[in-house]
Amino acid sequence: MKDNSVKPEEKPVPVKADVEKKAVVLQKEDKPVADKIKVGHVHMSGCTGCLVSLADNYGGLLTILDKYADLVYGLTLADVRHIPKMDVALVEGSVCIQDKISVDEIKETREKAAVVVAVGGCACYGNITRFARGGQTNQPQHESFLPVGDLIKVDVYIPGCAPTPQLIRNVCVMAYLLLKGNKDQQDLAKKYLTPLMQLAERGTEACGCDLMYDVVNQGLCMGCGSCAAACPVRAITHEYGKPNVNREMCIKCGACYAQCPRSFFNFDVITGFEGILEAIDGALK
Amino acid sequence: MGTELGNYKLCISARSTDKEILKKAQDGGIVTQIFKYALEEGIIDGAIVSGPSDEPWRPRPFVATTVEELMKSRGTRYNISPNVSFIKEATRSYGLDRIGIVGTPCQMQAVRKGQLYPVGLRDVPDKIALAIGIFCMENFPYQSIKQLVEDHAAMKLESVKKMEIGKGKFWVYGERGQVVQLPLKVTHKYEQPGCHVCLDYVANLADVSTGSVGSPDGWSTVFVRTKKGDDIWSKAIAAGCFETKPIEQVKPGLELVSKLANEKITKNQKTVEERAKFGVNKALRNPYISPK
Repeated sequence: MKDNSVKPEEKPVPVKADVEKKAVVLQKEDKPVADKIKVGHVHMSGCTGCLVSLADNYGGLLTILDKYADLVYGLTLADVRHIPKMDVALVEGSVCIQDKISVDEIKETREKAAVVVAVGGCACYGNITRFARGGQTNQPQHESFLPVGDLIKVDVYIPGCAPTPQLIRNVCVMAYLLLKGNKDQQDLAKKYLTPLMQLAERGTEACGCDLMYDVVNQGLCMGCGSCAAACPVRAITHEYGKPNVNREMCIKCGACYAQCPRSFFNFDVITGFEGILEAIDGALK
Repeated sequence: MGTELGNYKLCISARSTDKEILKKAQDGGIVTQIFKYALEEGIIDGAIVSGPSDEPWRPRPFVATTVEELMKSRGTRYNISPNVSFIKEATRSYGLDRIGIVGTPCQMQAVRKGQLYPVGLRDVPDKIALAIGIFCMENFPYQSIKQLVEDHAAMKLESVKKMEIGKGKFWVYGERGQVVQLPLKVTHKYEQPGCHVCLDYVANLADVSTGSVGSPDGWSTVFVRTKKGDDIWSKAIAAGCFETKPIEQVKPGLELVSKLANEKITKNQKTVEERAKFGVNKALRNPYISPK
């Protein structure tokens, strides 16, 4: 590891990306943890609420960065200017297609990252940026915002506005287990991440209407109340045990449908809730 | 099958030792008693329960933070109470750090999914201190209960003292002492459709689950399932909250619970399978496979 860090220093630096790489390697040397995964936070058009959510893991975030993941890219959190190679890219925000840099960066993210995770409603479904029609100073021509999945293949979805610190944390831990764990851990991680991957395959449109189309209309709703609890804007109430969505208020974050136990319910994972929650707690101590 | 009753550390027949609770309890007053004990001991700060609303027999979820409020929730109302809808609110407006929640098996599934996949439940997962599940064969929309009581049992909802499903019948007890029983054949078509894909009868994912089936009248069958549940249950027993009987020594016993659980799961598994070929080469959604 030491050799690696010294070598590039002696050479003339060919491209900027390598400078960044070196910086990372040097940091690693201070606290060598061999098996960490490389995680980056890619910021598209979002409000930084998703990044704040990641940070809101507080001590848990420090443990993640200590033991499991190097943050190799992230505005405000890592002093790296260009998207480096990484294992997991956490993408926040939708992509403004009139902004060349955003479009280039999201494509580059796909090239550089083994796993692309759309974090938050904007990256997954457009969320509140679905209502953008341009006209804002100082770039009034920026009017079209697309969910990341409309431009590149996205592997995992973490819907919600803001996505919760706990779900981001769980996905980070599972991504680590998937890439670095033993066989059992990899199996668990695969099973855990599967529905979030299926959500990514499901598409880039979300709305409170999903509760009608894909749950109530399908004869699956049993009136548990999860959707109303999950809604960040309190657009959902229950009338006689069934969800009633105030569509004027819905911001299209996708939380209600993803939270619904009748959108997905993977018995093989959720039945083991006690052990998994303990394991995640343990991993973050 | 063998998995129909879920994982459990202990199964026992029990009833509350509190006369006030038993006065209006559906069976053994288990849920109210555990919550009362947990509230008084500071194990929970409050509990999401279902209580009376402005319409007779229509439940409304609410957060009980005192024993007095808790007592309003005694008894079963056989229609939908979206208790989980309060699970985030309980930690916000009500400021609870340790939540108790009672619910049907599907609501316990919702709680556990919410803990493992907290998509819109920020800071909620580690605040679930006690989740109590109730046995459930199926639930009804409010309008179905209205129709059953008013049209089939020819009683006014306002004048009903208790409703009960047991011994293969739907029982409606009036305030004046009249009793009407409807065969379940009549009630089946009024069931909530979403219940027909449910593969859990005895709330396998709760900390503690309870229901009348398996125990004598006035008693409840209790499964203690998790470490949390075990901890609270043993403390409550030590505190004298419950009378208990070994489940092996009561009639009809665990065998009936298993039988009904298997019946429900087999029937609903079949429904899930039939949904796969519901149309012409068109399937209805299967939530156990994918959210697509």
